[in-house]
Amino acid sequence: MPISSLFTLKIGGEAGQGIKSAGLLFGKVATRSGYWIFNYTEYPSLVRGGHNMMQTTISSEEVTAPTLHTNLLIALNQETIDLHHHEISDGGAILFDKDKNFDTSKVKTTVNIIEVPLVALAKKVGGMELMSNTVALGASVALLAGDIKHLRNMVEEEFGKKKPAMVKINQDAAQAGFDYIVKNYSQDIQQVIKPRENPEPKMIVNANETTAMGAIAAGMQFYCAYPMTPATNIIHNLAPLQQKYGFIYKQPEDEIASINMAIGAANAGARSMVGTSGGGFCLMAEGYGLAGITETPLVIVNAMRSGPATGLPTWSEQSDLLMALYSHQGDFPRIVLAAGDPEEAFYLTMKAFNLAEKYQTTVLLLTDKLICENDQSYHFFDYKDFVLNRGKYTIKKQDNYNRYELTDDGISLRSPLGVGNFFIANSDEHDAEGFSNEGIENRNQQMAKRMKKMEICKKEDMDGPTLFGPEEAEITLVSWGSNKGSILQALKEFDNVNYLHLTMINPFPVEQVAERLKKAKYLINVEQNFTAHMSKIIKQTTGIEILDNLLKYDGRPIYPEEIISKINQVLGR
Amino acid sequence: MMKAEEYNTKIKPNFCPGCGDFGIWLALKNVASQLGLDSSNTALIAGIGCHGHILNFTKINSIEGLHGRPVPVATGIKLVNPRLNVIAFSGDGDCLGEGGNHFIHSCRRNHDINLFIHDNAIYGLTTGQTSPRTPHGMVTKSTPEGNKDVPLNPAAMAITAGATFVARTFCLEPKHMEEIFTKAIKHKGMSVVQILQTCITFNKEYTLDFYRENVYKLPDDYDPSDKVKALKKAMEWGEKNIPLGVLYEEKGKPSYEDQLIDISKKPIVDTEPVVKDVTELFKAHV
Ligand SMILES: Cc1ncc(C[n+]2csc(CCOP(=O)(O)OP(=O)(O)O)c2C)c(N)n1
Repeated sequence: MPISSLFTLKIGGEAGQGIKSAGLLFGKVATRSGYWIFNYTEYPSLVRGGHNMMQTTISSEEVTAPTLHTNLLIALNQETIDLHHHEISDGGAILFDKDKNFDTSKVKTTVNIIEVPLVALAKKVGGMELMSNTVALGASVALLAGDIKHLRNMVEEEFGKKKPAMVKINQDAAQAGFDYIVKNYSQDIQQVIKPRENPEPKMIVNANETTAMGAIAAGMQFYCAYPMTPATNIIHNLAPLQQKYGFIYKQPEDEIASINMAIGAANAGARSMVGTSGGGFCLMAEGYGLAGITETPLVIVNAMRSGPATGLPTWSEQSDLLMALYSHQGDFPRIVLAAGDPEEAFYLTMKAFNLAEKYQTTVLLLTDKLICENDQSYHFFDYKDFVLNRGKYTIKKQDNYNRYELTDDGISLRSPLGVGNFFIANSDEHDAEGFSNEGIENRNQQMAKRMKKMEICKKEDMDGPTLFGPEEAEITLVSWGSNKGSILQALKEFDNVNYLHLTMINPFPVEQVAERLKKAKYLINVEQNFTAHMSKIIKQTTGIEILDNLLKYDGRPIYPEEIISKINQVLGR
Repeated sequence: MMKAEEYNTKIKPNFCPGCGDFGIWLALKNVASQLGLDSSNTALIAGIGCHGHILNFTKINSIEGLHGRPVPVATGIKLVNPRLNVIAFSGDGDCLGEGGNHFIHSCRRNHDINLFIHDNAIYGLTTGQTSPRTPHGMVTKSTPEGNKDVPLNPAAMAITAGATFVARTFCLEPKHMEEIFTKAIKHKGMSVVQILQTCITFNKEYTLDFYRENVYKLPDDYDPSDKVKALKKAMEWGEKNIPLGVLYEEKGKPSYEDQLIDISKKPIVDTEPVVKDVTELFKAHV
């Protein structure tokens, strides 16, 4: 389906007006009616005030990216109109409160104006002004030929247990908005979310949620994280589930403590994970190498945002790639993965735990703000083939135990603290038992042993890149992370463009990438950073230089439309 | 039960001849032997500094971590396996300089861990720069005109930050050290022990003679349960006025780990990790 025929509803207002939850509710009405959705949200680094926006793109096929255009704009304040009116497609509509006298003089004449007394209707059913967004939701459901039953059910699920009194008022508010449209704007109703037959259940998730789910599914026992956008919601997802799934979450005093606590917990035998964003990862850099030299299994999630320093705290970027590969002094085996969407985040988190324990080292999973906070619809993930692997690990007392014994594959038998096996997990270079040792032969052996693990990982566990689109193509796009969704959406418009998507960053699938890129007629690397990190890695590892880089670092997504126009430009259209 | 000498490892202690760290190490081995500490019930952790070498000489499983970070490592171990005795060794630089944040917060949370601070009031391993414990005016390699900073008082800080056992001992009083170490290890909750340690190579002010002259033991009738009095005691420091002993002890306060409902019954590491069914979480997002 071409991008122009995707339907996007956008709702905007001030922070604190419930924009995000309204957007999510609307998305669920769409998925429960049998459609696929993609939710994109924008907000500044403020709790109240400031412009908040959430858009839901709806399709009868899977949808993986936000669109630049809007079909229906719900404006809860004047700013929403001022900022977004020009995005409304011809024939689209703008909905706002009839009694607010918003200035619409700049709105194109091809856009329908739909005025609903949002606050008045909310008050009429006994609600507060804040409930005007529920009225607006009811009105939107009507405008898009949806079934109000779904919205009513969701209100019940949302408030039923906590505030039963709120259920009826909110349901009435939604109904009032719905009825108002049916009565006054029936000519404007479009068949966008008309219920389809027997829809299969779909969940709406973002990568913070799926990282948390993946960690639980993979048997995580300890999570340690200091709040930092956009990784914070992993905490909010995990913290309430500790008792039920049997793990500990601890909020430490800082990210340095976070990684050191996790290293302690992992050496005591717990499957451990830390999560943060770039700034916090900078503080973890010292512990990153400690895990490396002590051969401690540790999963690190780095949810990227715009840098440097505080940068654009609530916006996206992909500029931590080289840091993941090169931060910390000295060489140690570091596995680096990158998720391109919530589904990949789920499976890669699970995989990360196994790799960390198999190779007894760090596995860093990169996500980015866009996948962390944008919701996408999916069928339930199926992980019945996943087998938990703790690698060479024992809790039995061993005779003559040597924690860092030299082995063919570089991996030694790991034992936790407290089962009677003596060892020192030593940040100093150490011998087989863990005693500090600065000898030449020992140093060479222990370094080689640790680095050997990367070679084995490359042979046994390295995922190649994934090619989307036709084998033969005029243009091959290369990218990673959240750009995947926009590129896949753009690819639907071409039959002569393909896409090489990377999830394994270290060890890097050099041969597969080189083979594929050599076949390509024209290469474009797509990334959200200033200096094209992935192009650098590709040049360094394969010798192939990608000359055309589509780069963006303003914190906003690379939209499918931008990729389409880039492709058209190269194709000379 | 291991005998004290059975804790020796293949590595011979390489502290400077006459270093106060020898005394601490001997006391540790005696206490370990008396309490039956070994790799099945105890984990040792150290930061980086001369003090950190103690792990190489002691046959109990351990983690030698980073400069300033032994406390969070110890905390992580204790959280997932509260059955273990967890003892962290730190230096005054390690604990109060590089790791000051961890020190304060671990006290505040009252983790059931033991923090033994080898306080030689100098940076030993890096050969003699000023530390957060170096007295005002002292000439060190990094303060040739005399130290302009004022020293911290870790015992007083620990008391105000919330540690429930705070003691001071001296590396040349073996029996006193053993008694204090034993009490600290047996205490439920955060124990902080400031060990006055001589650095014969780099600290010419806090010498053996200085401490012999000025330390005194708290009398038997001293009541360590009064926090304000304890704080006053902890702040005494001067001529013939450096108290040794248990300065503060609060009994019966739940440790952090006691408050983890399930974990206090069964350590997290006692359940092998398994693949978990998260269908319910999927369903919650429909
Ligand atoms: C991040 C970092 N900074 C600096 C050092 C260098 N360093 C090692 S030990 C030390 C200070 C040691 O003093 P203290 O902790 O009091 O221990 P002592 O050697 O006196 O026992 C320093 C600065 C380091 N290892 N790591």
